[in-house]
Amino acid sequence: MTDWTRASAAHMVAALKSGEVTSVELTQAHLDRIAAVDGAVHAFLHVDAEGALATARDVDAARAAGEELPELAGVPIAVKDILVTQGMPTTAGSKILEGWEPQYDATVTRKLREARMPILGKTNMDEFAMGSSTEHSGYGPTHNPWDLDRIPGGSGGGSAASLAAFEAPLAIGSDTGGSIRQPASVTATVGVKPTYGGVSRYGAIALASSLDQLGPCARTVEDAALLHEVMGGHDPMDATSLDEPVPSCVDAARQGREGDLSGVRIGVIKELSGEGYQAGVERRFHEGLDKLKALGAEVVEVSCPSFQYALAAYYLILPSEASSNLAKFDSVRFGMRVEKGTVERTMAATRAEGFGDEVKRRIILGTYALSAGYYDAYYGSAQKVRTLIQRDFAAAFEQCDVLVSPTTPTTPFKLGERLDDPLAMYLNDVATIPANLAGIPGMSLPSGLADEDGLPAGFQILAPAHEDARMYRIGAALEKELAKDWGGPLAAQAPELEVSK
Amino acid sequence: MSSLERSDVARLAALARIDMTDEDLDRLSGQLAAIVDSVAKVAEVAGQDVPATSHPIPMSNVHREDVVRPSLSQEAALSSAPEAEDGRFRVPQILGEEA
Repeated sequence: MTDWTRASAAHMVAALKSGEVTSVELTQAHLDRIAAVDGAVHAFLHVDAEGALATARDVDAARAAGEELPELAGVPIAVKDILVTQGMPTTAGSKILEGWEPQYDATVTRKLREARMPILGKTNMDEFAMGSSTEHSGYGPTHNPWDLDRIPGGSGGGSAASLAAFEAPLAIGSDTGGSIRQPASVTATVGVKPTYGGVSRYGAIALASSLDQLGPCARTVEDAALLHEVMGGHDPMDATSLDEPVPSCVDAARQGREGDLSGVRIGVIKELSGEGYQAGVERRFHEGLDKLKALGAEVVEVSCPSFQYALAAYYLILPSEASSNLAKFDSVRFGMRVEKGTVERTMAATRAEGFGDEVKRRIILGTYALSAGYYDAYYGSAQKVRTLIQRDFAAAFEQCDVLVSPTTPTTPFKLGERLDDPLAMYLNDVATIPANLAGIPGMSLPSGLADEDGLPAGFQILAPAHEDARMYRIGAALEKELAKDWGGPLAAQAPELEVSK
Repeated sequence: MSSLERSDVARLAALARIDMTDEDLDRLSGQLAAIVDSVAKVAEVAGQDVPATSHPIPMSNVHREDVVRPSLSQEAALSSAPEAEDGRFRVPQILGEEA
C-alpha cells in the first residue's frame, strides 16, 4: 500500500486525476500522521480535521461528477499561523491573540479555498514571526524532525517541520529576513521568498511591512512552484501588490529538470562564506556548485561589500516597523485584556502579559530607533544602507543571472542554545536578510547533510526582482542532480519518528 | 552614539505601553544595550550623498475605484472584543483620578 504522506504534491495531483487515490484518503493519511507524530514535533498550533475532510469530500464529489477542478484541488496544505483564517483560531504564535477567531480570510487563505485545497491546520511560529528557532512562540517550540533536540528554524519552523515530518506535503510561510528559507535549510525542505509584492499580504499579520513576503514551502522545487502559482498575483487589497502576471514557476522547474544550464551565469557571493560558516555546510555548497558547472553553467565570484552592514540595518528597520505595526494590540478591539485601572494602564498591563521577551525587545528597540534625536542616526542610516545593498545586488546581477550562497551558516543548533543571546540568534539570518532588504526573490533547497553532524544544510539561490522563475529553473536542475547521489529526495533520509498510538 | 541605559529602557517601555518590572528591566537592559551597540555601525557607512530607500520595489500612486463593497457587520466587528456594549467597543475609564 502506498504511504501517501511520502508522496510529492505533483505525484498526488496525478494520482487524484487518475483516480488512484481520493482527496479524503490523502487528507486522512496526513491527519493520521499528525496524530501519530505531532506530540513530539509540535508543528501545529491547531488542527482542523473536520474542515479539511469536508473540503476533501467536496473535491472528491466534484471530481466524480466530472467537474473541472484547479490543479491542486484535493491536495492538503498546512498554513502558518500568521495568516488569518475565518472560523479557525489565529494567534501568530502570541498569547495576546489566544483564542482569537478572525472574521475574514486573508487573500492567500481565500486562494487556497478557491484552489480547493484541504487546510490541515495552523503551524507554529516565533511570536509575530520574530525569531529563528520557534522558541519565541507563546505556545512552546517546534522540534526539528531530524533531531528533536534541535531547532526547526524560524520563524516558520512549524511549516518546515510539518513537511520534514511528512505531516503535510505543502505549507505556507512568510519571510521577513529568512523565515521561509532558514527553516527550509535546517529541515532539508524547499522554501521560496517571492519578489516583494508577488504575493498579496492582505490578512497576513504584519511584522515589518517593507520586508514581509509570503511564499511556498514544500519538499521539492516543483511542488513549491505549483503552490507559488496558486498564491501569487495582483490583489487590490494590498497596495504593495505587484500588478503583473504570476511568474511561470512550474514551467521553469520542469525546464530545469531537463538539465541543460549552458549559458547560465551563476555568481557566488564572496561575503557569504568563510568566518562563521560551518565546514560541512560550505563543503555541501561547493559540491552543489560543481553540479551546476557540470550542467554547463558558468560560475563566477562576485563581491557585495555592503552586506557586512545588512544585519545591522535589518535590526533597525525591522524593529522600527514592528513597533508601529504591533501598536494595534491595545486590548480594545480584539485579543487579550488585563484590566488595570484606566484604558492606558490596561493597555500596558495587557502588552506586558501578552507579549514575550523577543517581541518586547524589538518594540523597545524600534521605539528607540524612531525617537526624536536618534531617527537620522539609526533608521535614516539603515535606509541608506538599504540603498547600498540594492546597488551591490544591481552590480552583481549585471554580471550574473542568479546569485548563490549557503542559506544559513550552520546546521540546526540545539534548542535553548541561543535563547538568552539575541545577537547570536540574529546571526543565523546573515545570508538571507540581504534579499529582503532589496525586495528580490530567494529560494533555499537542500544541499546535503554536513559531515560533522549529519544534519541538513541549505543552498540559497537569489534572482533579480520579478525573475522568480529563474530560481525554479536552477533549483530544479540542482535538485535532480543531487537526488541522483542521494538515491531520492534528501527528506527521505530523515530518521523515523516514534509513532504514538 | 551612547549606549542604552536601564533608565532609557524604562522610559521607552512606558512610551510603547509595556509595563516592566525591575526584574524585566534587569534582564532586558543589558541585551538591548548590546544590540544597540552592534547595530550602531550603520552610521559609519551611510554618507550624506546616499539616498534612503524606504521601499524595496518603487511604487507610487496606487489607487482603486472608490466603490462601496461588502464589509463586516457590526456584530462581526465586535465579536472578538474583550468587552462590547450597545454596538460599541467598551473600554475602561479613559482619564485617571489625578486628571
